[in-house]
Parts: sequence; structure tokens; C-alpha cells
Amino acid sequence: MIQIENLTKRYGAKTVLDNISFHVNDGEIVGFLGPNGAGKTTTMNILTGYLSAETGSARVGGIDILDQPLEAKKKIGFLPEQPPLYLDMTVKEYLDFIYELKHCTLNREKHLDEICSVIGIADVQNRMIRNLSKGYRQRVGIAQALVGNPPVIIFDEPTVGLDPKQIIEIRSLIKTLGKNHTVILSTHILPEVQAVCDRIVIINHGKIVANEKTENIANIVDGNRRLSLKICGPEKEVLAMLRNMHGIAYVQSTGATDKDSTTFLVESDPGLDMRKPLFNALAAKGWPLIGMESMGANLEDVFIAIVDKKESAARPTAKK
Amino acid sequence: MLAIYKRELRSYFTTPLGYIFMAIFLCLAGVLFSTATLQARADSDVNYYFTYLLMSFVIVLPLLTMKLFSEERKLRTEQLLLTSPVTLTGMVLAKFFAAYTVFALTYGASCFSFIALYLYGTPNTAQLIGNSVGILLLGGACIAIGIFVSALTENQLIAAIGSMAILFAFVMVGFLSDYINSALLRTVIGWISILSRYNGFGNGVFEFNSILYYISIAVVFLFATVRVFERRRWA
Repeated sequence: MIQIENLTKRYGAKTVLDNISFHVNDGEIVGFLGPNGAGKTTTMNILTGYLSAETGSARVGGIDILDQPLEAKKKIGFLPEQPPLYLDMTVKEYLDFIYELKHCTLNREKHLDEICSVIGIADVQNRMIRNLSKGYRQRVGIAQALVGNPPVIIFDEPTVGLDPKQIIEIRSLIKTLGKNHTVILSTHILPEVQAVCDRIVIINHGKIVANEKTENIANIVDGNRRLSLKICGPEKEVLAMLRNMHGIAYVQSTGATDKDSTTFLVESDPGLDMRKPLFNALAAKGWPLIGMESMGANLEDVFIAIVDKKESAARPTAKK
Repeated sequence: MLAIYKRELRSYFTTPLGYIFMAIFLCLAGVLFSTATLQARADSDVNYYFTYLLMSFVIVLPLLTMKLFSEERKLRTEQLLLTSPVTLTGMVLAKFFAAYTVFALTYGASCFSFIALYLYGTPNTAQLIGNSVGILLLGGACIAIGIFVSALTENQLIAAIGSMAILFAFVMVGFLSDYINSALLRTVIGWISILSRYNGFGNGVFEFNSILYYISIAVVFLFATVRVFERRRWA
């Protein structure tokens, strides 16, 4: 559905996108993941025709965005980083405007009502957008992208600024959309893509570092590998015991948290869940474990893990 | 394109801007009309009125155009328009015609004052029509200039002051020629000056050159606006 080939974009001397290529298949939900400033927004802006790349091409449904911009744009619903809202309109007026702007041919009343009820903005339809909260504004922005039922929907950081309940709602909405749309979703939040996407494209410093099925990434990013433990016991002895434990790759004490407990950071060997063995070992020593928290993996870890994995995968093939 | 036109036109009247523009325009036109015709002379000559009126465009018309693109850019709604199935030309023209509609309607409303001329004097109808056509053409040119400046900045105030400055230069350059000896330079100034082109209309004469001049100013600046957006896409 979407083909991005060899895109390069520079702002002055700074290369924002360095020859990136990836494809998105029909009906896929693809997470576009990367730290701030990695080039996510630039890629999306090029894909939607807002910016032009220096080299390379972006095609939507086989139509090049530069050659036939109007045809390509008709196929895309886009929610930019900041929802493009006219504050002096009511939600209904705004969606009406979008409906006309996109030359929709669906039944207007029915289509817009449907969108409003799916997104949960039916009750604010007659309110001025300027009076809406951030969460509602974001939803109106999402509604805008759905008008005209375009086959491709592109969301640039759709959950930024929402409260946890709204985030969950929006994520489940995106999953629903994925059933009959092709969706690209950019974010810098790792669990978000894991929750929603079929495939994950990771971009860093303008280069694609990974393009994998979500399950594969999940293995790399085993959330229980890094634990923070709060233990009541003598610091040095606990440290020594943890170091000698089988399956522990790395231990570090972060110092006493209060009178009788100390916090330790523990990283287990890949593929091992050390939570139960740790509990048992500490219990046997009579050192109460009063807190255990899994630290998850951050984006940096994922990059490192992916690059490591690629290198180790490349070595044996090189030997052949 | 029609959707943008409708939205833009509507927004003039859902925000105070449209009303402020109409109030200032009509107020100025009324004062100028009464001082330049009714109170000044008995012969119903309206040319002074129209000359003052078109000079007031320097201040008044930027009010109408200042927000057209600068606000879109500030609110990031520009991104919506540029990623919608609308051509850049369509987008620019829609905005132009929305502003032009408000301007033309307001000018139309100000024409009610001509009734006083017919009641108490013997105005030259050809002169009134000629001036009106001239004003409407010149207004279009000024609005196009304002739109161009508005596309350059995201600050409405800068857009307003910038277009005032350009319009002021266009109007004032005509007065310069009185102080210049070089015949060549005076001819060039004659080409550029908005005022010197206007005289024919004041006499009720439609000169093809002048009509073309105002239309081409509008076209050139609207085209430049389209180029601004095209260029920004590659920046």
C-alpha cells in the first residue's frame, strides 16, 4: 500500500533522512518508532505531501505523491503532530469543512455521525473547538483524519498529551482501524507500538535500524530483564550473593533507600525470568525483599540490542 | 477550493475581524465622502473622494488579509490544507476571493452614500461607475499583495505592517515623480505607480492598459504566494 524508496532529506547541512526505504502492506498497522528528532515527522510529512524529499519517492496505493499529489492525498488521512484545528469553529462545522475539503462522496450526515460516535466526540459536536480540552482536541484531530474513509491513515504521535484512560481508548481505536485500513503510527513510546502494531520500523538519526515483526522485537526487549530490587539486608553481602547467582549478568547497588533497606539494579541473562529465583534466594537468606520493579527496556537498549543482533547474525554468514 | 472559500468567508464573520474591517472601512468612507464632496464643493465631483479612499486602502485592506495565511501557519492548520486534495493555486485563490468578497460587499455598502449626491446635486454617473470599477480592480491588487505578505510570516501583526509598507510604497512612488528630473525614471515610476494608472477611471474612461495593470499585479502576487508554498516544501 505504501512504498517509500530511498528518501533523503537535508535541512541545510543537517541530514534528517538518510536514504530510507520501507514498505507497508495492505491492512497492516506499522509503528514508526524513534527518539525525538530521529526523522519520524519528516518522513510522515513527505509521505503526506507536506514536504518534498531531495531524492527518492513515496507512493501510496501505487500513486507517487509528487507526480499525482491530488490522487495520492485523497487516499490518506493524516493527523499531524499538532492537530490542525480551526479554533473558531464548532466540532461539527469543522468536520463538515473537512468533508468538503476532501471532496467526500459518502452520505454526509451518516458518515460524520459514525465517526463522531466511534471517536467519542458526539457529545461535544456543537462546542467551539477553542473550548475543548487537549484530549478532546486530539480526538477531533483523529476524527478529521478518518473523514472520507481513506484507505491509509497516518498518525503522528497520536497519544501525546492524553491521560492514561484516553491513551488506552485511542490505542484500541487504532487497533480497530487496522482491521480495514492501513495505518502508520509514529511514536517514541515503545510499549505503545508493542500494544498496537503488527510491525515495527525503528528509525534513528535518519536511518532505519530495524524493520521487524512486533514479536521479534518483543524478544529483544524482554521487559523483565532489568529489575530494581529493594532488599532489607547488609549491602555488601547481598551484593556478593547476587553476583554469584546463576543467571544474573549484572548487579549494581544504588545505595540505601532508608534505614534498613538498599536498592539494587539487577540485569539477568537474556531469556531468563529471574524474579522467582531471586525471591527464593533472598528468602532463604532471611533478607526480606520489600520491593521489586521491572525496569523495562528503553529505546536505547532496543537500538543496542538490535544492532548487536544484526552484527552477530552477520558474522556466521560472513564465515560461510 | 470552494470549501476553503466558504470557511474563510465564514470566519470573517465568526471572529471580530470582518466586522472591524467593515466598521473602519465604512466609517472612513463616510467621513471622506462627506468632507470631500458634500461639504467641500457643490459640483458633485467625486474624484477627490475616490483618491482619498484608495489611499486609505494602505491602512484598511491589510486588516483583511493579514491573518489569511499567517494564522494558518501559526495554528498548523496550514498542514491540513497542504496535505488535502487541493492544489496550491486553488488554496491561494480561495483565500483571495474570500477576502475580495468581503471587500467588494463593504465597498458596495459604502455606495449608498451616492444617493445623497443624486438628491442634492447632479453627479456624473459615468464618473461614479468608472471610479467604482477602478476601486474594485485596485482593491484586488492590494488584497493580492496582502496575501503574499501574509504567506511570509506567522505573525499577523508583521503581516499587516509589511503589507502596509508595500502598499504605501506603491502609492507614494507616484508622488516621487514630481521631484525627479530624469525622464526615464519618471516613465518607470509611471509604470509602477498605482495612482497614476488610476486617473483614467476617475474620468469615467476604461483604459485597457490600466485594467490589465491592476489585474496583472494581482496575478503576479498570487503567483508569488503559490511559489512561497512550493519553495517552503523543498526547504
